[in-house]
Amino acid sequence: MAATEENTATIRLDSEEQRRIRDARFERIGKWLLPLLIMVLAIYAWDRICVINEIPKYILPRPGDVMRTLVADAPLLFGALLVTLKITFLSLALAVIGGVGLAVLFAQSKWVEMSFFPFAIILQVTPIVAIFPLINIYVDNQTTKLLLCAWIVAFFPILSNTTLGLNSVDRNLLDLFKLNGATRWQTLWLLRLPASMPYFLGGLKIAGGLALIGAVVAEFVAGSAGQSSGLASRIIEAGYRLNASRLFAALLLISFTGILIFLILTFVSDRILRRWHESALKRDV
Amino acid sequence: MANPAVAAKPGETQLVLRSVGKTYANGTIALQGMDLTIRQGDFLSLLGPSGCGKSTALRLIAGLSQPTSGLIDWRGPRMKKSDVGFIFQEPTLLPWASVFDNVWLPLRLQGISRNQARSRIEAVLESVGLSAFKDSVPRELSGGMRMRVSIARGLVAKPRLLLMDEPFAALDEITRFQLNKDLLDLWQAEKFTVVFVTHSVFESVFLSNRIVVMAARPGRIFGEMAVDEPYPREQSFRTSLHYGEIAREASMMLGAAMEMGGGNGGH
Repeated sequence: MAATEENTATIRLDSEEQRRIRDARFERIGKWLLPLLIMVLAIYAWDRICVINEIPKYILPRPGDVMRTLVADAPLLFGALLVTLKITFLSLALAVIGGVGLAVLFAQSKWVEMSFFPFAIILQVTPIVAIFPLINIYVDNQTTKLLLCAWIVAFFPILSNTTLGLNSVDRNLLDLFKLNGATRWQTLWLLRLPASMPYFLGGLKIAGGLALIGAVVAEFVAGSAGQSSGLASRIIEAGYRLNASRLFAALLLISFTGILIFLILTFVSDRILRRWHESALKRDV
Repeated sequence: MANPAVAAKPGETQLVLRSVGKTYANGTIALQGMDLTIRQGDFLSLLGPSGCGKSTALRLIAGLSQPTSGLIDWRGPRMKKSDVGFIFQEPTLLPWASVFDNVWLPLRLQGISRNQARSRIEAVLESVGLSAFKDSVPRELSGGMRMRVSIARGLVAKPRLLLMDEPFAALDEITRFQLNKDLLDLWQAEKFTVVFVTHSVFESVFLSNRIVVMAARPGRIFGEMAVDEPYPREQSFRTSLHYGEIAREASMMLGAAMEMGGGNGGH
């Protein structure tokens, strides 16, 4: 790309090629600038609507109010965020261990996979909100409840993606391992696990977002049943008190956390796949 | 790795297929009554249209698949897994591993450490002209270079028999010519036996000392011809009159085989 631009000074280009370069440059800048611009405009419009319609603060706070609340309530909100984050990352870690572990077990025998995979699907398709009252009865410890809840939501994409990955190894490579007398363990460690890496990382990206959603939803449902101190309970509490500013501030924190988790996992995934997988390649052709 | 003291001499019978057949569960007869004697140091091509069972024969020899009837009889010193190398139509490399690690793989599976294997891997990479690329990953290489890695991997354990399943079919002609020549040089230097599956008359004529022509439906041997051009063969062989004559003879035999087997396209 850089070479093309250097060449434009020396080489005479027809109008089609010039337009292509212009379009490429515009796309590179626009990709960042346009969404940012729309965001700023939306926030400005939000502020104007509040002022022009004289909407009271407890119904729709102005963006400035939300930011002030975020700063003023920082100790409270960030403390709550930490609690939610702890549940999110613990459940994600357990989802990775459980999902990959089960997938490896499934890959060892078609019979095991046939027998148990349907149960994983049942667990996945049943809405977590509907299962929670049961968990509430059987589990005493608050943290365990939330963890279990978030784990159920997060582990399925990892399980299903890793299972898919472990099973979609190049047939010829499997033959090659067989020809060389590879043991089951060697085939798993040197072939199946690395080959399933892109699938696993794809599942992890989805699971990261779901773990956060699971943690927040669990706390929501638990909030009415017991005491907790995560971001969801702050939101419920603020709702009861008609403290809309704090509600928005908490919402903002959750959104940013979700985006951050996604970006971190995308970065990790790109780092791992950088050298070999097509999806991580920069399209430089 | 082959011990030279017990290795068979050139020309000695290495492997005999006795009326070998393979029928798949769906009733397809992939191969029927195949009789073939492979001698030490042969460069034998299996030439035929698709569906003639040439790849099936290769898989049976490799032990990847079990014959429905007949017998595969190994002669001479007992063959180990590492005595047979297999090269697929695609390079079939580990995309996450470096060239060096890809070539290491067969030895690694035998429990040979990277350091123990280093000198052998470097030697075989040198022989296929890829020493400078040992730290590259497959996607950084061209199709021809990937195939060279695959050949290096096939040769790293010093096999006595190298089975090749249309290895150059996906490459452009110029690359294929060069790889044909380099393969012949390796074959002459390391003295292994090759069974080479191809559907290209010209490739089989350039490479082999024996061409076995196969027919389809059911897959079987149609005929065999010898290529009497001495080795080493240079690229100039491709443009010689003699080459043209042999290619004509092979084409005619293949044509007859296809006519008898119902052709290539019919179903």
